[in-house]
Amino acid sequence: MTRVGFLGAIARVFMWAFLLALVVVVVYPLLWMVLNGFKSNAELFGDPFALPVDWSLDSYRKAWNRGVSDYLTTSVLVTVTSTVATVLVSAWAAYGLTRVAIPLNKTITGLILGGLMLAPTVALVPLVKMFQAMGLYNSFWALLILYTAFRVPFTTFLIRAYMIDLPREVDEAAEVDGAGRWTAFWRIILPMCKPIIISTVMLHVLFAWNEYLFAMVFTSGSGVQTLPVGLMSLMSKHGTDFSVVFAGMVIAAAPVVLLFFLGQRYIVKGLADGIGK
Amino acid sequence: MRTVLRRSLGLAWVLPALVLVGVFVYLPLAQNFGFSTLEWDIYSGAQQYVGLDNYRKLVDDPVFWGSFGNNVLYAVLSIVFQVFGALLLAVLIESVRGERWRRALRAVYFVPSAISLTVAGLLFYFVYEPNLGLLNNALEAAGLGGLAQPWLGQESTAMHAVIAMSQWQGFGYSTLLFAVAIQRIPGEIYGAAAIDGAGPVRRLIHVTIPLVREMTGLMTVVTISGAFQVFNEVMVMTSGGPDNSTQVLGTWLYRSGFVRNDFGYAAAIATVIFVVTLALALAQLWVARRRKVDW
Repeated sequence: MTRVGFLGAIARVFMWAFLLALVVVVVYPLLWMVLNGFKSNAELFGDPFALPVDWSLDSYRKAWNRGVSDYLTTSVLVTVTSTVATVLVSAWAAYGLTRVAIPLNKTITGLILGGLMLAPTVALVPLVKMFQAMGLYNSFWALLILYTAFRVPFTTFLIRAYMIDLPREVDEAAEVDGAGRWTAFWRIILPMCKPIIISTVMLHVLFAWNEYLFAMVFTSGSGVQTLPVGLMSLMSKHGTDFSVVFAGMVIAAAPVVLLFFLGQRYIVKGLADGIGK
Repeated sequence: MRTVLRRSLGLAWVLPALVLVGVFVYLPLAQNFGFSTLEWDIYSGAQQYVGLDNYRKLVDDPVFWGSFGNNVLYAVLSIVFQVFGALLLAVLIESVRGERWRRALRAVYFVPSAISLTVAGLLFYFVYEPNLGLLNNALEAAGLGGLAQPWLGQESTAMHAVIAMSQWQGFGYSTLLFAVAIQRIPGEIYGAAAIDGAGPVRRLIHVTIPLVREMTGLMTVVTISGAFQVFNEVMVMTSGGPDNSTQVLGTWLYRSGFVRNDFGYAAAIATVIFVVTLALALAQLWVARRRKVDW
């Protein structure tokens, strides 16, 4: 073996040792979380590295009955409705900005995409007052509206960048067929944008499912808590029943982890395009 | 006249987006400046114009400066781990032979970014828990029991513990983006470098790092901006305690407004967050607009 080959082999061993150690650092706490959901509370205070003694589903059942089923329902509702609203509104805007001759195009593009620069925290105090005045504070509608309004800039940005590259001939062909704009959008342009639509749907689902600031401020005193807020209620109400909290965490995390593994390709593409391309 | 009308009709496509963003993003932002000049009790509704008093209070508030310092610490450590650490990690991953392994590593590292900061924060609340937590127990198992401590319960370690969780949660995200940027570098460039006799380290310094500099710039700006918007993980893990030692601007804003009922002051803190994040967003635009890397 040559000297370089030998050094290379040693370097590779170290590299793999490091990469695998990092895998353990990432995976072990997650695994611990899942296992703790199967343990009894007494076991939790024993050896933290031990496996559950009888793999009881009790904690999952308790978590489900102590509110997690409600939180899950709210999360699903908010996520689905705000995803549909955000993607539709953004696709319409992207279509208007790229395929229709509208006045003040540059200004409008700047206004919509400029929303990307504003942090939700900054608008928090006025938004609370606004939603109180509208009678929507502590309601499902507050989350639907806010999740849509604050994600339209990012989603429009992604869809617009994709639509702008579709060839002009597409619109011309639609006109020859006598299709109006409305038909052309639904029948031709939107289907052609399928890859980026899937990306934006997935990124929005990840966002809406995990969002905490708005969910906490706008719904914590109500019956419409999403999972992140609900988990904190579970923690404060049953804070000594730790295995129930772990079970709740697993229920909250599982759907998005699954979504990521199913739609990895689209999520990666959306993220890569979204960072200033 | 008819064409003007026809063209204006096209505005219907962008109207929903404009209204939503205008009413719920821009309007509150503008209102915030006004609110920051009020002494305002939201429950009684009593409001009084106080000029720049809230900003004066800000300058004299040690917790505000402590929070600001924590945001800066957050930004610095996140740049170390989530920008430069992630870049090196992405290089390591991309040097692994076999796309299957590379894809598996990228995916596993990303998983914490898919779960919410609430779940990750709660999980690490338990990892740091002095009695049943993984960290202290692991230290004891390794014979380092002397290092065991109440990580979140004491001022000296709480902020670092929260930031460490955040690195755990977020490094896979930036690693993934760097990996994508590295994949976009054409293979011929590495081939040419190898023919020139450049070893792995020289290829890293002279090829990879210069060619992903645009991504590095963007990630740096995005990371700093994110560090000034931190809220979720602090709220979940410590609520700003013990004794305000983990307070950041976002949580101090929340506490001032919603717990201490001082909404004018909260609005003034929001203005500070606005100025910092806007400056960073403009920096991001500037980086993105600069001539793209040519190859």
